[in-house]
Amino acid sequence: MEAYIYDAVRTPRGRGKADGSLHEITPIQLATQVLEAVRDRNQIDTADVDDVILGCVSPVGEQGADIARVAALNADYAQTVPGVQINRFCASGLEAVNMAAAKVFSGEAMFAIGGGVESMSRVPMASDGGAWAMDPAVAYKTYFAPQGIGADVIATKFGISRDDADAYAVESQKRAKQAWDEGRFKKSILPVKDVIGQVVLDHDEHMRPDATMQSLGSLKPSFAALGEEMPGFDTVALLRYPELEKVNHVHHAGNSSGIVDGAAAVLVGSKEMGDKYGLTPRARIKAMASIGSEPLIMLTGPEFVAGKLLARAGMTKDDIDLWELNEAFASVVLRYMQAMDLDHSRINVNGGAIAMGHPLGATGAMVLGTALDELERSGKGTALVNLCVGAGMGTGIIIERI
Amino acid sequence: MQTINFTTDADGIATLIIDVPGQSMNVIGPDFLADLDAAITRIASEESIKGAVIASGKDSGFMAGMDLKYFGSMLVSGEGQRPAPADIFDKVFVLNQLFRRLETSGKPIACSIEGTCVGGGFELALACHRRFVGDSPKTQLGLPEILIGLFPGGGGSQRLPRIMGVQASLMYMLQGKMFRPADAAMMKVVDQVVPQGTALDAAREWVKANPNAHTQPWDVKGFKVPGGAGGFNPAFVQTMAGAVPMTLKQTQRNMNAPIALLSAVYEGITLPMDRAIAIESKYFAKVAADPQASNMIRTLFVNKQAAERGARRPKDEAKAPTKKLAMLGAGMMGAGIATVAAQAGMDVVLFDRDQAYAEKGKAHVEAVLKKRLGRGMTPEKMTETLARVTPTTDYADLAGADFVIEAVFEDVGIKAEVTKKVEEVLGADTIFGSNTSTLPITRLANAWSKPENFIGVHFFSPVEKMPLVEIILGEKTGPAAIAKALDFVAQIKKTPIVVHDSRGFYTSRSFGTYVQEGAELVGEGVNPALIENAGKQLGMPTGPLAVSDEVSIELGVKIMTAAKKELGDAYVRQGSDDIMVKMTDAGRLGRKNGKGWYDYPEGAKKHLSPALGEMFPRAAEQPDVEAVKERLLYRQLIECARCFEEGVLETPEDGDIGAIFGWGFAPYTGGPFSHMDTVGIANVVATLDRLAAAHGPRFAPTQQLRDMAASGSTFYKPASMKAAA
Repeated sequence: MEAYIYDAVRTPRGRGKADGSLHEITPIQLATQVLEAVRDRNQIDTADVDDVILGCVSPVGEQGADIARVAALNADYAQTVPGVQINRFCASGLEAVNMAAAKVFSGEAMFAIGGGVESMSRVPMASDGGAWAMDPAVAYKTYFAPQGIGADVIATKFGISRDDADAYAVESQKRAKQAWDEGRFKKSILPVKDVIGQVVLDHDEHMRPDATMQSLGSLKPSFAALGEEMPGFDTVALLRYPELEKVNHVHHAGNSSGIVDGAAAVLVGSKEMGDKYGLTPRARIKAMASIGSEPLIMLTGPEFVAGKLLARAGMTKDDIDLWELNEAFASVVLRYMQAMDLDHSRINVNGGAIAMGHPLGATGAMVLGTALDELERSGKGTALVNLCVGAGMGTGIIIERI
Repeated sequence: MQTINFTTDADGIATLIIDVPGQSMNVIGPDFLADLDAAITRIASEESIKGAVIASGKDSGFMAGMDLKYFGSMLVSGEGQRPAPADIFDKVFVLNQLFRRLETSGKPIACSIEGTCVGGGFELALACHRRFVGDSPKTQLGLPEILIGLFPGGGGSQRLPRIMGVQASLMYMLQGKMFRPADAAMMKVVDQVVPQGTALDAAREWVKANPNAHTQPWDVKGFKVPGGAGGFNPAFVQTMAGAVPMTLKQTQRNMNAPIALLSAVYEGITLPMDRAIAIESKYFAKVAADPQASNMIRTLFVNKQAAERGARRPKDEAKAPTKKLAMLGAGMMGAGIATVAAQAGMDVVLFDRDQAYAEKGKAHVEAVLKKRLGRGMTPEKMTETLARVTPTTDYADLAGADFVIEAVFEDVGIKAEVTKKVEEVLGADTIFGSNTSTLPITRLANAWSKPENFIGVHFFSPVEKMPLVEIILGEKTGPAAIAKALDFVAQIKKTPIVVHDSRGFYTSRSFGTYVQEGAELVGEGVNPALIENAGKQLGMPTGPLAVSDEVSIELGVKIMTAAKKELGDAYVRQGSDDIMVKMTDAGRLGRKNGKGWYDYPEGAKKHLSPALGEMFPRAAEQPDVEAVKERLLYRQLIECARCFEEGVLETPEDGDIGAIFGWGFAPYTGGPFSHMDTVGIANVVATLDRLAAAHGPRFAPTQQLRDMAASGSTFYKPASMKAAA
């Protein structure tokens, strides 16, 4: 059994603040609109959809209680369509697609939708608590430190300077701007509408294309106080990485992913189901994988999951034409490029989350769609897409254009 | 043995006066538990009793914590084996249940606190419905258990946060910080501060007036912890998430008790009190079952107090407190010693070659006293203390002194000259102490006609802050000198250890190995940051390179050169010798010239010098941090063991106290000897053999260690383990 991607759709990303365009749109609405679009763009009878899997990282409050099932109902899917919400932190959106694909591969599903949603302006990050940070015995045993500390440890350990990180961020902004200017995302973008049908957002509004080394240089590091003063998470970092004299805090709002609202969905299906609706598969799924890595540094998973993916697919690095890694923090991508020996020209060619934002639960499905669009635009064959993940994980996928 | 005097008055108010016989301070032991049990039964069941007040029959205060002998007996079962946590739980939970019965007896209970009220005594107070405190500067309340490797186990970890909020209570419990009465009242930890001596009446009045006030706030439906608690409370979550790194900053990952305390609070705070105290007792049992707590209690509490009370003092010598001290040398050490002596009420003649130096020394005394103004020091007391210090350049002014301490330049010749001049004034019957840190006492004693009256009194810098004094016996030092020196140490309220003469004595010699091993590692091309972090992870206050910079690399080289010269062929070359010399040759003398292992840029934080990378090229393969920690630890352990074998140390107690209070040796171990016992001597020997094979004979185990390993013996006698635990 093979699994194919038939469609990928995403909302634009709204600034995740009170003045963000999507702040008035509830997360259930964001999820509903992308599910409606998948159905309508492909003219499918939703009774043929065997599951809807949505990633969501803060599944509480209005994102709680299995938002996937409720969104399917709200989108007028057949009531026979089940839904499940999953959480693999920042990779939830891709993990949802991987699970959907796994259901197709196994024959459990003929059509399955994987995607994600996060309204970070309405349900703030970390609203769901969790034992890792707050249970002293657990935090102690597993060396808990917040993600930003891990990103700064990556920079320190692998010799990535503040200038390196800022230069990467400036380039991300430049690429995102060019991609928007040339309409490279238009296949996937679904403008978000309000209750009376007006478009409230049709573009990624977090971007700062005018960012320069100078403008970024004036920003204060975001995690220095948390690390060095109160409560002093650098202590924990040095306990785990005693080879470091101190942690170099290089990350700030300008070279880290933006806090935004958004949703995305990817339609995965079998060959037969595509034939039934006369749909042309856009890509074949070659391999899916997740891994666990050291949790304090937290965000070095991508290199390991890339290795696992290539091995699974029986491919080498040179077989990959296009690389996409979520820009959680500049150091994450820079370290990945170092570890994989990748030139910047081959990765994140249309920018990423530093410019456009990272709606936690949805991003994984968004970056997959971005890579798919780019393969088609550039005529390239294969893409390896992955994300670093909280608590030390990595999730990735290899796709091949048809 | 009756520990509680139970009476009732005409109003039906019961008065419980706690007075534990044979103890200067009330402590919790089996008799007290039985008496309290019986008292609670009476209060709860006798209808004529309307309420009760609890007070102390002792002037020393309300009550301290657990009787450590009783506590120790809980930690040992059968053949000196440690019981499992579940067995300890059964025993410690008894106290928790008793206090719980007290607060749920259905009658109002108030307590009257006059003086010290700490540990289990404070937990008893927290289980009362109302707390009255007599105001006095002597009154201290609090839960200091953390300082000896434990945490509050009598309900304190559950009641204090429910009274004052989680974050504030953690600050007190994690640091073992004491409350003054006014602070305690402000934070609602006590209900009312009343004039000294009137707390009992106030408590009685309250009980009489409030017959129905018999329910604790946490037993009222709808109770909320001040400031909030539980996983859905953002402030609580933040407090908990922040508490771990803050704790690790102080303890690295070495202490069991602070993390257990955090867990007890985290897990217990949202539970009904009956279950909350069970959670506390479970974590308490877990901590108590680990040798760490017993080791810490034994050294930091039991043996330290014993040393201060004269454990090493010759029994037959009459008390010989110093009235007038002849302090020779008004430099940093001399001025420091003069300060503590004057504060202890002694007259001090502060002698130096130059009047300006002597005056400068006195100015130091004044500066220290000034800093203490308002903190127990009054202007009158300061004037009086200062008046006791006489700066002089005239040997004749020493007349009448009954004890001498010399802290002049570290040179045998200069010291001998001064010593002889002093003898001309005071005569050789006076006890003469030398504060040398490196020169052999036996040799220095030659300058005093009666070497039996000559002794080493090694202070640590800064004298005002450092708690230890190392008393060094020369070959001929007699009991009168020992008694005099120990009485002096008691007068200035410091902790003594008694050792025998040796190069560097005990503390400097053993501490030196920590620095030397750090230097050796640098020489091998080990990443200096790894060395420094390994030292800190081991529980040392600073990394070996940082501390080497502080004491100065140059000084190390000087001491080494002197030793070489003196010992000739007998000198045992250390691998670190060349490395230290290479550093000083490169002008890297330590912090004092802004260039050592670290660079000290002006206006910025010090950082490990990049020059080290050039001088000692980084090895391609770096050791694991555990391997570096092991070398830094075992290099010290073997030196301590050698001191014991050579007779420099007579007792493991001196060795442990001296290590922790002298050079900050990992306190959680209870000291190097406790640590070796805990690891097992056979294991220590095996590790040393492995290290010697890999890194050289400096790690080679001594014959005594091998014999001990073979016979399965320990440094501490099993019996002392039991008593101490």
